Amino acid sequence: MMNARDSYPDHAGAQVIPIRPEAHEQPPERSPVEHALASGLSFLRRRLSGEYEVDEFGFDPEFVEAVMPVARLFYEKWFRVELRGLENLPADGGALVVANHSGTLPIDGLMLQVGVHDHAQRNLRLLGADLVYQVPLLGHLSRKAGHTLACQADADRLLTKGELVGVFPEGFKGVGKPFADRYKLQRFGRGGFVATALRADVPIIPCAIVGAEEIYPKIGELGALARLLGLPYFPVTPTFPLFGLLGLIPLPSKWIIQFGEPVSLEGLEPGAADDPMTVFNLTDHVREVIQQMLYDLLLRRGPAFF
Amino acid sequence: MPSAVARVVLVTGVSRFLGARVAYALQADPGIERVIGVDTVPPTTSLGRTEFVRVDIRTPSIAKVISSAEVDTVVHLNLVTAPTGPRSSMKELNVIGTMQLLAACQRSPDMRKLVVRSSAAVYGSSPRDPAVFAEDDEPVDPPSSGYAKDAVEVEGYVRGLKRRRSDLAVSTLRFANFLGPGVDSPLTRYLRMPLVPTVFGFDPRLQFVHTTDGVEVLRRMTVEDHPGTFNVAGDGVLTLSQAIRRAGRPNLPLAAPAMGALGDLCKRFGGLPAFSPELLRWLTYGRVVDTSRLVGELKWRPKYTSEAAFAEFVNASGLGHNLALGLLDRLTGGLR
Repeated sequence: MMNARDSYPDHAGAQVIPIRPEAHEQPPERSPVEHALASGLSFLRRRLSGEYEVDEFGFDPEFVEAVMPVARLFYEKWFRVELRGLENLPADGGALVVANHSGTLPIDGLMLQVGVHDHAQRNLRLLGADLVYQVPLLGHLSRKAGHTLACQADADRLLTKGELVGVFPEGFKGVGKPFADRYKLQRFGRGGFVATALRADVPIIPCAIVGAEEIYPKIGELGALARLLGLPYFPVTPTFPLFGLLGLIPLPSKWIIQFGEPVSLEGLEPGAADDPMTVFNLTDHVREVIQQMLYDLLLRRGPAFF
Repeated sequence: MPSAVARVVLVTGVSRFLGARVAYALQADPGIERVIGVDTVPPTTSLGRTEFVRVDIRTPSIAKVISSAEVDTVVHLNLVTAPTGPRSSMKELNVIGTMQLLAACQRSPDMRKLVVRSSAAVYGSSPRDPAVFAEDDEPVDPPSSGYAKDAVEVEGYVRGLKRRRSDLAVSTLRFANFLGPGVDSPLTRYLRMPLVPTVFGFDPRLQFVHTTDGVEVLRRMTVEDHPGTFNVAGDGVLTLSQAIRRAGRPNLPLAAPAMGALGDLCKRFGGLPAFSPELLRWLTYGRVVDTSRLVGELKWRPKYTSEAAFAEFVNASGLGHNLALGLLDRLTGGLR
């Protein structure tokens, strides 16, 4: 960086008064290490003083940028995610991404978010189950990450603001299904997502995620413990709870995430959201599209771990 | 429009902070002939040309004031949100007081307009809440105790009056928590605690409204005609962790039951605030309201965002010295 004084040769007697005195205090150049240190410190300072902003949903973009490198490590190195069909995501404006849900713990949501963030440069706003918001830590981390409660009002609000919203209509039935049922789509809720998309007049983008099924193969569950802890299920996997916390390390399966062609809702009036038959038919259609994508991707992937 | 021009305005709860400010703002309006303030205790500050009448709104004598002065506009600011005495007396003041007042309003042929101070607490606080509440949303988990429940009941009686007197212009205002110079509330007392306890694992989203904006909204609702129910809050939200850091307060995360117990202990031995159940729920799950209806109706935005209102509170109370931040700056002073 050149500053004001460098631009002019020093004339005898002529004193150059800097227009922005603070510009002089900046060292002209910084090594990358110094730069990283300085930005790390200013980040820490902002966090400690609370001088950052969150939106009305509690989304904290700075927090997301800070934890993204860790999630990206899993995305790129551990699960080696291959992202396909990116051209089906709109560059701006509202859209509803509908994906299959699996993996015992909802890691697939996080990986989907990383993929969209890194490759489509958009923040995917996921809709989470209400249990998430009752559990200490989980609820506020999820809000900071930009997720919110899966309810009509929140989905409508996000879509009207032109956000990219992600939803897993299978819910716990999908994420908590036994390993034997892998890649079999469960019931798609009550089709609320279709009604939401119709009302907000946004396209539905079907999305298939292959690989999440193998990260924690759920071979059994402890029903009594789950009831005691108020959880929908307490999983038993080959490594958990056998190896304790070590068992929580996800198996390094190979992932493929594919976005399908947007399901056009054009030609349907917003009033169609109140017609249960239209909603059921569209729900089934989206479900079949995703199921077909899953089968195709499974063939394409081949073995789960290599 | 001219049907509801405020000529004689009655302000309840005039000796308390908000009532005094609103009465003062109204008496400065030359279009209003008389401003009558009522409360059970005399006001401590000067209210200009406001006439003070010492009357308990829980008694039928309020009806005499309304009829003899030919009051056409009632600004009901009596809702007590800070528990000061036993719960039963607070409830009586809030609910029975409102019933008596509304009964008097219903009888009076001069009545044209009613402006009611309610609270965003009517939406409750729960993990199953939508992120943002609009005026027509039903609470997911309605408040079951404290002033929040009183506010729900008050709104119920107001709706009843509106049904019976459809000629009245009724404005109900659901305010977020007030902040500003001179505000003393359970929230400000909480934030001034030497060690601020928070519920472990929860970081609620909060909203504040600056008193200046609150008074302006009430003034405009009184002198103009804006019937309906409106949320009132500063733009934007602040999470509790952000607020505590900005105020530079040390914080102590506690499990929810421990926090309730600590509140009780503080009250018993230290004269510090106990956490009422509704405050505790608010500090756990938070609440955000949508103010677009108010902004659209008044063609006006609150001057203070939630952040700005909080910043002013921090400055006015001499908070804002962040120990951790000071330490960081001292350690790294040479590096930046």
